[in-house]
Amino acid sequence: MKIIISNTSDPPIYQQIKNQIKDAIIHGELKEGEMLPSIRALANDLRVSVLTTRRVYDELESEGFITTKAGKGSFVAKENFELLLESKRHMVEVKLTEAWETARSLGISKDELYAMMDLLFEEGEE
Amino acid sequence: MKPILEVNGLTKQLGNFQLKDVSFSLTEGCITGFIGVNGAGKTTTIKLLLGLIQKDAGEIHFFGENVQSKEREFKSRLGIVLDEGYFYEGLTLLEMKNIVAAAYSHWDNSLFNRNIERFGLSLNQKIETLSKGMRMKYAIALAISHHADLLIMDEPASGLDPQVRMELRDILLEYVADGKSVFLSSHITSDLDKVADTIILIDNGQIVFSEEKDILLDQHGLVKGDTKELNDQTRNLFLTLQETEYGFSGLTKDKASVRQQMNNTLIERPSIEDIMLSYIGR
Repeated sequence: MKIIISNTSDPPIYQQIKNQIKDAIIHGELKEGEMLPSIRALANDLRVSVLTTRRVYDELESEGFITTKAGKGSFVAKENFELLLESKRHMVEVKLTEAWETARSLGISKDELYAMMDLLFEEGEE
Repeated sequence: MKPILEVNGLTKQLGNFQLKDVSFSLTEGCITGFIGVNGAGKTTTIKLLLGLIQKDAGEIHFFGENVQSKEREFKSRLGIVLDEGYFYEGLTLLEMKNIVAAAYSHWDNSLFNRNIERFGLSLNQKIETLSKGMRMKYAIALAISHHADLLIMDEPASGLDPQVRMELRDILLEYVADGKSVFLSSHITSDLDKVADTIILIDNGQIVFSEEKDILLDQHGLVKGDTKELNDQTRNLFLTLQETEYGFSGLTKDKASVRQQMNNTLIERPSIEDIMLSYIGR
């Protein structure tokens, strides 16, 4: 897993870390049931305060991404994982609907829209 | 994470200097950096904590218990590293250890030997032959070999070269990995504050702030831009401000207003030192 903390971007440090762990879970870099580093180990590696990594884990837990077992550590959650993917999928649908509405109001055809999407995929693969 | 040590209303008059109503608490499992310029009251506070000088007023609780009623127990759970190691120069490391070890009921000699080996020290060396960095490591080995819950260090980084300071950082991070806590004082220029989880700033005998390090870093912004953007109103957004003919650079605690009221400014995350300097000398 890769975590980069930017010194110029605005989100608070804990938010930056939390978002990147979330992404790693969503993209399957961190697998279900996988153990996360201890809050102290993560803090030391990222050179941030242990109070920050604790806040990150607390919030990830309350959002259902990880579970913490006392004395054992924190793990990527299993139960809500399907739900999580579902909600991400829903987000894509919402954005596509938005794009489709805008395209329709501008008179962009189905083929043109498909072509745009093809281009994005091609660029993404490069 | 619970508070391990709570200090309330600590007050002491020492000649012309007064420590005024000092209150703070240390969180378990954390490294707390106690920072301020020379003469700000750091060493006085530490001496009061350790009972080396008598306080005029105030209370100190360790794991919820008043330390005055349980002084022996309190001290046996502390590891202490003071500015000048109080060592007998002519003794070997082994001889000096035997004196110190006798004072602790929970002394763990195999842990001590592991630490000595890890720090690259040799027990039959005389103390007077130790370099400043080795002396510091020896003092730490003595301080952490009786399973202390809290390590208190006064200016551990002063006079150490960058390499030894880095080793010291790693030693501290390893120490707190087991849930133990560290309270260390340092000059504002020390890089030891980089490992601190919480920062307490003292100036002129008073606590200026006590805050999580990352929150301090998030709250404040180092702003750079064209001096044309500065006027009576926007100047008030800054704690400190430096201007040259090429532009300005200033520290703010109100990034949102800077963004609202000023155009084309660059806002970066400041260093702890930037933040400290802007609170002292105001």
